[in-house]
Amino acid sequence: MRKATRGDALMEVLQAVKDPEIPDLSILELGMVNRVTEDGGEVKVELMPTFVGCPALDLISRDVRENLFRQEGVKEVEVKFVMDPPWTSDRITPEGREKLKGFGIAPPRDRGADPMDIVPECPYCGAGEGEVHNLFGPTACRSIFYCKNCRQPFEGMKPV
Amino acid sequence: MIMETADQAAQNPGCRRALAELLYQLADDELCLGHRDSEWLGLAPDIEGDVAFSSIAQDEVGHAVFYLGLLHELGEESPDRLAFFRKAEERKNAVLLEQPNGDWARTMVRHVLYDAFDDVRTEALVNSSYRPLARGVAKIRREEHYHLLQLKPWFIRLARAGGEARKRVERAVGEVWSEAGGFFSLGDEEEEMIRSGLIACGSEELARRWEMRVKPVFDEAGLTWPGLPPAPGKDGRRGEHTEDLTELIRTMSEVVVTDSAARW
Repeated sequence: MRKATRGDALMEVLQAVKDPEIPDLSILELGMVNRVTEDGGEVKVELMPTFVGCPALDLISRDVRENLFRQEGVKEVEVKFVMDPPWTSDRITPEGREKLKGFGIAPPRDRGADPMDIVPECPYCGAGEGEVHNLFGPTACRSIFYCKNCRQPFEGMKPV
Repeated sequence: MIMETADQAAQNPGCRRALAELLYQLADDELCLGHRDSEWLGLAPDIEGDVAFSSIAQDEVGHAVFYLGLLHELGEESPDRLAFFRKAEERKNAVLLEQPNGDWARTMVRHVLYDAFDDVRTEALVNSSYRPLARGVAKIRREEHYHLLQLKPWFIRLARAGGEARKRVERAVGEVWSEAGGFFSLGDEEEEMIRSGLIACGSEELARRWEMRVKPVFDEAGLTWPGLPPAPGKDGRRGEHTEDLTELIRTMSEVVVTDSAARW
């Protein structure tokens, strides 16, 4: 078995930082972590904002700092938001997609040629014949869809 | 010359000045419109429109914060200070964006015209010599995509509906046209912006590309294309504004001015 490295330990810390809106889902599973480096107790974390104006970013940045500072040997933490590479919804990991579904939010699908062709599978019944109810939803990253099979509205992540 | 950092941009004072000018125009446009969008909360004609405007307002203000953050890296004040405490004459937004929303038709008309302009402008920035701007814009464009997708059908639906809706759209087009030309001005630093490669084209080309985007929407809506808007009476890019902006700043900064140490 491979020996756990310091890098693994830091990643485990980031796995414990959750999206404040979806408490099952970690920032790693969301695909927000670009790079983590450590040099003599100074940890630098590069995060990719899901949406530029997402109000959860400050909270996430604070949680990353607090969790890392609890690790032995961590003296400095720098959290930086980077735009390159840009976060896109296909960065969400397979585990992340499952957890979104479990939370009642359909994971994003690839955008079709028609810009309105973004309806994902219903997170409840799995049917694919839904329609866009509203491009915008409770947060900037979500839309509201309607499942014509189980006849209920559901939320889904916007493909960006 | 490609500039990766604020320090590199600061080495050439002319270029630094043009970059700051451009960033203020971007930030102030987004901040004004984002604030106006937020004024629809709880008042939009349907719940979907209401929900949409809360996200759109958040996106626009978020983009403003991004641009103000780039200004802060260049040595300007903090994003909060710049947003709340600059005087009207220091702001560089197009005058049309400071005006009150008016009715729903006018809101749709102004927003679609601006979103199309912002699309053209950000497209001219994706290869900007100032890399932090180019990267941010690439990301922002992915979000703005949904604004036009939401609002353009409204514009077309209202115009095609006939009756009162169409009358109001026609009136709104007439009202905003005299100021819409203010979008394209790049202010006093236009030449330097182009020379430094900060933006790919000047204001005339921006206007031409905007017309190519917007005219087909007018056709689809069955509206007569009024021709390119004239140069505006007041050029917001040169700090010329109306009482509407003073009022907007007063409302936006009401809490922070009442108690500057308040946390929320």
